[in-house]
Amino acid sequence: MARDEKQLIDKLTQSEYKYGFVTDIETETAIKGLNEDTVRFISAKKNEPDWLLEYRLKAFKKWKEMEQPDWAHLKIPEIDFQEIIYYAAPKKKKELKSLDEVDPELIDTFNKLGISLEEQKHLSGVAVDAVIDSVSVKTTFTDTLAKYGIIFCSFSEAVQNHPDLVKKYLGMAVPPGDNFFAALNSAVFSDGSFCYIPKGVRSPMELSTYFRINTANTGQFERTLLIADEGGYVSYMEGCTAPQRDENQLHAAVVEIITMKDAEVKYSTVQNWYPGNKEGKGGIFNFVTKRGICKGDHSKISWTQVETGSAITWKYPSCILIGDNSVGEFYSVAVTNNYQQADTGSKMIHLGKNTRSTIISKGISAGKSHNSYRGLVKMTKRATNSRNFSQCDSLLLGDKCGAHTFPYIEGANKSSIIEHEATTSKISEDQLFYCQQRGISQESAVSLIVNGYAKEVLNKLPMEFAVEAQKLLSISLEGSVG
Amino acid sequence: MLLQIKNLHVSINGKEILKGVNLEVNKGEVHAIMGPNGTGKSTLAAVVAGKEGYEITQGEILFNGKDISEMPPEVRAQEGIFLGFQYPVEIPGVSMTNFMRTALNEIRRYHGEEPIAAKEFLARMAEKKALVEINSKLTNRSVNEGFSGGEKKKNEIFQMAMLEPKLAILDETDSGLDIDALRIVANGVNKLKTSENATIVITHYQRLLDYIVPDFVHVLFEGEVVLSGGKELALELEEKGYDWIKKEIEKP
Repeated sequence: MARDEKQLIDKLTQSEYKYGFVTDIETETAIKGLNEDTVRFISAKKNEPDWLLEYRLKAFKKWKEMEQPDWAHLKIPEIDFQEIIYYAAPKKKKELKSLDEVDPELIDTFNKLGISLEEQKHLSGVAVDAVIDSVSVKTTFTDTLAKYGIIFCSFSEAVQNHPDLVKKYLGMAVPPGDNFFAALNSAVFSDGSFCYIPKGVRSPMELSTYFRINTANTGQFERTLLIADEGGYVSYMEGCTAPQRDENQLHAAVVEIITMKDAEVKYSTVQNWYPGNKEGKGGIFNFVTKRGICKGDHSKISWTQVETGSAITWKYPSCILIGDNSVGEFYSVAVTNNYQQADTGSKMIHLGKNTRSTIISKGISAGKSHNSYRGLVKMTKRATNSRNFSQCDSLLLGDKCGAHTFPYIEGANKSSIIEHEATTSKISEDQLFYCQQRGISQESAVSLIVNGYAKEVLNKLPMEFAVEAQKLLSISLEGSVG
Repeated sequence: MLLQIKNLHVSINGKEILKGVNLEVNKGEVHAIMGPNGTGKSTLAAVVAGKEGYEITQGEILFNGKDISEMPPEVRAQEGIFLGFQYPVEIPGVSMTNFMRTALNEIRRYHGEEPIAAKEFLARMAEKKALVEINSKLTNRSVNEGFSGGEKKKNEIFQMAMLEPKLAILDETDSGLDIDALRIVANGVNKLKTSENATIVITHYQRLLDYIVPDFVHVLFEGEVVLSGGKELALELEEKGYDWIKKEIEKP
């Protein structure tokens, strides 16, 4: 631990964005622009069945009729959807059986990130489905998982090998016309991850996907679908870093989770995309739709997110609690610094009886950034004896940033209880001085205080993620005090 | 000489609080600074520790012969200055253990030493906890969070014990303590005393000095050290009250 902190301090004094390098992998790029032909091109490239092409075209039709939402507390520069490249795939497409066959450049990239597949494979027992740009390059551990009947593969592979499952669940949590960005994703999604946990199976390992946005001007439209059948359990981790770019990059992913009776899915994210430079130039636009349906009784979905990157974040991981006694959880740490903007939170829709939900949101704003919590807790008439507890805390560093809270509550039955707590605090001079007086430098003191503040959420992360997340928090807030 | 304060003038927002303080502290000595409220006792402590917001308009502060007035507070701490706070702040979510290990390692790094080994650290924690009779569970909690007044003060002495400073300044450590806690705190301070370190005890009352016997007593009044003497000065003060000082200095 002590060594970690030493390294951390070293990192604190380093460059602006640690992961700002570009991997030089040959890329097959599609034509720019979005029209029906683009959608057909993507579908054809992926050799998709007709029903999926129809699904995409229907979504595209809906998207054309929709307008980009403007209700969030965000200033979004105009996005020219015709200037975006909608499909990019590494040229090498032959089947890979071992890591030796993976492009050495890619291995090198992972090594730089300290998350080499090799290490992951041998040490942590985590199966990694690495997504570089839009096509899965390598899937590991599939065989081991197959013994349990667990399907964990790229979305494209799932379409080819398990079309019935994909057809059954795709769009169940996030329908094609759900919102502007979800419709866009449904039309042009390139690849992503697919996971199916069969009845009564607990995944023997944590599953993980590392994303990197890699080609200039390439919008990333991942599609992730996780299904836990009756009594199934899986903990799924998604982590992201991106190379530094000057031009804004659009990211509009969709993640859907479905849990059947007694099933549980734990979904953890550490998001660290390029946030733009200190003047607010560049950076990723992250417009993500994440939603889970607790379909069966006694099922559970838990979202944990640590958001430190992106120029603009628009993200509301949500739970629809259909099954009686089902549970939805949302734990979030969102950090904004410099000119970053984040509008993030959760929706908990209670439909089943005795359903429970928890929202713990910790916002940290520094620099000239704006950080908003936006959440909806809805108790429908049928959702009797249900409970929600929401806690939204904001921490301010400096006096040029903003923290905003927009909680919406709708209660349609009298037996349910909704609790909401909110605090706003600043790192006080007294706290900093107290740490410094004990010999702790100001940067380390900020890191210590911020990690303490976010501890409740960080504790929900799987071990290997928690350490990375702690470092990210510190790096993201570099130079924000003093 | 460990600490030498020469003709120190300090202002806060343009208002002069310290008006030419002189003080010399050698290794192995215990000094008490007494005086009525609002005469600059806490200001003196804060300025030596390097808190922001205080302007030194004249004079200097030498620690081990080095002028420290431009040093950031963490460097002063690393050099061996410890301040026991009158009102210790709470730091939610940061465990005492983590806090102490971070502090200790940053100090060690400053002196070019390796981080402390886990086993050694834990042994040291256990030893120092026993010294101030602090509840073991307290160190698992967040820094000062939910601590009683007495626990917070004991925790200050615990940290002092952990960091082994060359100079400890205890700012009103006795305030708000019941007699048992006072005895424990004083006991801790006495046990930590060596021929190599020094302590400055800032207090309003003589009571603490029944337990921590000072070598020198200084009376700070309206920003100046108006009287210095041995331990008997504290007793005289207790007996005659601060009005006596007032009259003494107003004499033509």
